[in-house]
Amino acid sequence: MARAMPTQRRVAYTALAWIIALLIFFPILWTILTSFKTEAVAIADPPVFLNFEWTLENYRIVQERSDYMRYLWNSIAIALGSTALGLIIAVPAAWSMAFVPGKRTKDILLWMLSTKMLPAVGVLYPIRLILIELGLLDTKFALIFILTLINLPIIVWMLYTYFREIPGEILEAARMDGAGLRAEILYVLTPMAIPGIASTVLLNIILAWNEAFWTLTLTTVNAAPLTAFIASYSSPEGLFYAKLSAASTMAIAPILIMGWFSQKQLVRGLTFGAVK
Amino acid sequence: MSRNTVLRASSALALCIVAASATAQDTITIATVNNGDMIRMQGLTEVFNEAHPDITVEWVTLEENVLRQNVTTDIAQGGGQYDVITIGTYEVPIWGERGWLLSLNDLGDDYNIDDLLPAIRGGLTVDGNLYASPFYGESSMVMYRTDLMEAAGLEMPDAPSWEFIREAAIAMTDREAGVYGVCLRGKPGWGENMAFLTAMSNSFGARWFDEDWTPQFDSEAWSDTLTFYLDLLEQAGPPGAANNGFNENLALFQQGNCGMWIDATVAASFVTNPDDSEVADSIGFALAPDNGLGPRGNWLWAWSLAVPASSDAPEAAMTFIEWATGPGYAEIVADREGWANVPPGTRTSLYENPAYLEAAPFAQMTLDSILSADPTSPTVDPVPYTGVQFVAIPEFAGLATEVGQIFSSALAGQMSAEDALAQAQDLATEEMDAAGY
Repeated sequence: MARAMPTQRRVAYTALAWIIALLIFFPILWTILTSFKTEAVAIADPPVFLNFEWTLENYRIVQERSDYMRYLWNSIAIALGSTALGLIIAVPAAWSMAFVPGKRTKDILLWMLSTKMLPAVGVLYPIRLILIELGLLDTKFALIFILTLINLPIIVWMLYTYFREIPGEILEAARMDGAGLRAEILYVLTPMAIPGIASTVLLNIILAWNEAFWTLTLTTVNAAPLTAFIASYSSPEGLFYAKLSAASTMAIAPILIMGWFSQKQLVRGLTFGAVK
Repeated sequence: MSRNTVLRASSALALCIVAASATAQDTITIATVNNGDMIRMQGLTEVFNEAHPDITVEWVTLEENVLRQNVTTDIAQGGGQYDVITIGTYEVPIWGERGWLLSLNDLGDDYNIDDLLPAIRGGLTVDGNLYASPFYGESSMVMYRTDLMEAAGLEMPDAPSWEFIREAAIAMTDREAGVYGVCLRGKPGWGENMAFLTAMSNSFGARWFDEDWTPQFDSEAWSDTLTFYLDLLEQAGPPGAANNGFNENLALFQQGNCGMWIDATVAASFVTNPDDSEVADSIGFALAPDNGLGPRGNWLWAWSLAVPASSDAPEAAMTFIEWATGPGYAEIVADREGWANVPPGTRTSLYENPAYLEAAPFAQMTLDSILSADPTSPTVDPVPYTGVQFVAIPEFAGLATEVGQIFSSALAGQMSAEDALAQAQDLATEEMDAAGY
């Protein structure tokens, strides 16, 4: 039986966890606060924390200047589309690597991960040229496809790790009961790996939502997502911090809300198999 | 089907096609940066559409460096994503020479090309072709606090020397009160600290390259420039100056932390705006300093509109440029938002307009600053390049950014001026050799 943690230590750990959490959250909190300041208060020295005249003026300006809903819809379509396409490819791939490993499975896994080390800008020109030739520049389809490819190694790796935790005997039992490959993956494996798949989905949505290099370089008007929306508020000459903060708050709000509601699932998935 | 029926159907189809093409809607995509004047132009799209209902305008606003990267990539690959692009004085001669931009020589009589300020027009012209139309132009000048200058017992001349700037900066500095005599760019980047330092070096008799394209950072003039800059900021600059660019210094100046600020003339409208600036009522202006050698330490820049050769709607794009950069645009802005908000620094007629001169107290100094910069002969000794605060060659942006990092390190106290210049000389020699100069 595990020994109970002394109260003092528990309080200390709790306090430490809170301090770390607040430190991590502070930049987001500061961005949100700045979005309610005037440009003059936003750059005040010493910085003003809460004692200022709150204003919604920045949100009004941002709403007036930009078509937020169009950017939002593009972000949703790109994030969900690339995640769904990634899952369709990654679930069978991870299943085969976890349950029917070959001699080169580990090498393939490492090779897949190594593609993440390639600087994105190195393939920018060829990818742009291909999209120009195909007439797919500035389309959501192109971004869904490219973000799927970019995030695929991470999805496969995460699913592989979760699938490895599932005893192969259960799948064998299903096979003995007459389940085919499709039924085995859909009705036996997938339900057991739901926490892992859920956290993979959430993480992939977050990665796709925040991706800035490809979304900024391959879009102009039609497929531009919220990253382009934020980028449009940075200024080389003139103060823009409050308006930029308002734009950033509007861009991160949907993903923050989604993260808040799915935090249990996310934590459960990320710690899945951590303790046996 | 009878022959007549086929003929009638064909005629109807042809009529439909002609009707459709007669009402065809051109869509132009305009890439721009998030500057006050650009955003104002975006807000006036409906005015443009009233006059040109057949042209739909789509806007893409991006951070300056992202815009530059996207536009360069798109033009080089012939992507045709943009029909009007916002570019600076540095890119225009290089891109124009490469055939990436369409000539704007035939913009129409209403455009009045001869009204453009000669210095600005010269910087956008290659072999007699105007490749971009200036939307707003700027130079740099000294903005100073009249109250602090008076308290220091000094009077700012209209055309100060660098020695006077040093004397005034030291006299105005009160570190305990958070007042620093002078704020200058220190953040690394070819458009940040190197824009300031290159313009400053011109007034010290320095140059980037001699006539054989040999780097000149080992010259006495560059040593004088960098040493003066570092000493000045050490004696009278704000802490952390190596991180300060335009926006950081703007914030410091507006909050009353700087006695003087030498930077873009466009800042004058920000620091005199009482809504944002705590010192709006005590601001004076002067020309950028010199050393009595001829060139002053001011630059010349224009954000301009151009049509990439890859545009699929060049005529509509030129129609927009003619509207946005023609003399009539100033009237539109003045009617709606007042003369003080008219984009400055591009047309002679604006500086002959009494209403504008009255609304913008900094107008004359802006004009004098622009006219005192000569991009075709920027230095004391002859050079093989054009450009005041830049060298109009493709290699400059990368090279100057690296040199800017070295000089910024020197400002942060990580190396001496001598070491920084020696490193810059080695780097520039290596890169120019590699580039085949």
